[in-house]
Amino acid sequence: MRTFETPLYPYERSPDHDAPAPARHPVVVVGAGPAGLAAAIDLARRDIPVVLLDENDRVSHGSRAICFAKRALEIFDRLGCGDEIVDHGVTWSRGKVFFRDRRIYEFDLLAEEGHRRPAFINLQQYRLEELLVRRLRDLQSEGRPVELRGGSRVTKVEPAADSVLLTVDTPEGPYRLEAEWVVACDGAGSTVRRELGLEFAGRVFEDHFLIADVVMKADFPTERWFWFDPPFNPGQSALLHKQPEGLWRIDLQLGPGVDREEEQRPENVVPRLRQMLGDDIEFEIEWISVYTFQCARIDRFRHGRVLFAGDAAHQVSPFGARGANSGLQDVDNLVWKLERVLRGGSPDSLLDSYDAERVPAADENILNSTRSTDFISPKSETSRLFRDTVLNLAETQPMARPLVNSGRLSLPHVYLDSPLQSPDTDGLPARTRPGSPAVDAPIGDGWLLARLGDHFQLLALGNCAAETGCAGVPAGIRREAPASGSSAALGIDVPDDEPGLEVVRLPAGRHPLLDERYLGDAPGALYLLRPDQHVAARFTDYDPERIASAFRRASAQETDDP
Amino acid sequence: MTRLRTEPNIFDSDGFFQELLDLHRDCSKDESDALNISLILLLANHIGDREVLREAMKAAACVSLRSEREP
Repeated sequence: MRTFETPLYPYERSPDHDAPAPARHPVVVVGAGPAGLAAAIDLARRDIPVVLLDENDRVSHGSRAICFAKRALEIFDRLGCGDEIVDHGVTWSRGKVFFRDRRIYEFDLLAEEGHRRPAFINLQQYRLEELLVRRLRDLQSEGRPVELRGGSRVTKVEPAADSVLLTVDTPEGPYRLEAEWVVACDGAGSTVRRELGLEFAGRVFEDHFLIADVVMKADFPTERWFWFDPPFNPGQSALLHKQPEGLWRIDLQLGPGVDREEEQRPENVVPRLRQMLGDDIEFEIEWISVYTFQCARIDRFRHGRVLFAGDAAHQVSPFGARGANSGLQDVDNLVWKLERVLRGGSPDSLLDSYDAERVPAADENILNSTRSTDFISPKSETSRLFRDTVLNLAETQPMARPLVNSGRLSLPHVYLDSPLQSPDTDGLPARTRPGSPAVDAPIGDGWLLARLGDHFQLLALGNCAAETGCAGVPAGIRREAPASGSSAALGIDVPDDEPGLEVVRLPAGRHPLLDERYLGDAPGALYLLRPDQHVAARFTDYDPERIASAFRRASAQETDDP
Repeated sequence: MTRLRTEPNIFDSDGFFQELLDLHRDCSKDESDALNISLILLLANHIGDREVLREAMKAAACVSLRSEREP
């Protein structure tokens, strides 16, 4: 039996089913796709009790996400499963672009040196989900408070004053749950979204695409091949991308107005693939589907106590691998905020910043994937002529290659206009400005991001790293104690006070790439990093009041302009 | 403050114009269109300055819209 046919979390009757009143949980996550699983893992690691509901009992099947970008891999590292995922994946950086019957150029997304993780790996979504379920099981066996309930379909969502009532249908009938917070990761056709009556507005594309995952023994290199108007698919595009285990992803554009059923029949698909791959390649089709897509999002990702993440919140075209990658970044952004709110360390307005930060990120992804789609399928004669001319020029003129757009591969969004971020300090490198995800760098035998962990921290660099530098950064800066917790009633262990703002000291001159990325020409700097490893503020001198103020702002405890 | 040069800037403008038309002499309409696009893209890349390019696009659009409206 193949992975995606194996029940991984079969339905079991929950004690909640027989409770006299709906059982109350701090967080219920709906949907065990990549975003939902990552959310549950992150919550469990933080000891926030979480129930993850999924209508199925196994990983998703079919041709879904395959390409996971560096930022997603860094998030998996933070969740404690980066190595397993990268080890299962295929690392690639090279690509070829074809136009009609010619190879017009090759590229190498040569990763910058000094990062733990490559620019991308390819991995089937079902394999990723399997590894995430394994991570979740490991956390469970460590005694972390996480439950994965299969065969549990949410059918009704009723917001109440300080909770949300969920009706969950199971093979043994429905029961109700009370959630203090709901994280809706239930995909493009989200039930939660429909139940709340939210509009999913955007642009629907007419083009159909045939997607096939085929197993073949071929010595094609580990590269991304993209064809514009190839002889085997005239007037359309095609993509070939390697996955692990001898599996290849093939994407053939079909154009508008096709008969889906007809196109998926093997007698129509096989000759097409044979023409593409060559007569002497043996292949076996694992999965075929025909899909269309839309670029759309909900107006806001926070609706009271319901938070939308991943495809439930936004949908993009597949070009650029921005679907699963952005869902993982949603969760990365959301979970630490939920933790602070549940533990009483921050007001629930902190969750408004989830909306303020991730809506522009979704818009950036939608913009990029729409542009790619418009390049791949020109919408007018003139745009087609421009497109074809760009492709012809690209063969001999390097200047035209950046204009070729077969997908701009996912980069993390920089939260430039975030309410959590403090004004920048002059004289430091742009790539690590407030709002940016911390850029990895080698430090001795390890990596910066691995050292950072996932709570608020102060990174003291250069001459600020010395106890005496920057007027002496103390060993730890105590955070204020959280308000005495109502969340204790929920079974969350609220500490008397939070741990101090840990100071990570890395003196100048020992880690040249770290200095280059964080100091530039400055002799020293202090970076306030958020639990999701984004930069909240940075300074070139030590001023405890400004640091405290930046921390309060980054945790929504201070919203006035500084 | 406009940065697009709109005062004459090409030495031997008659010669340039002839060269430009000569380039198209044996072209079909489609070939001419493709040639023009290549030329736009090469020159735009050479200029590089997005502000200048934006002003040029705007100026070009103004001229062609005005000529469309004339009887």
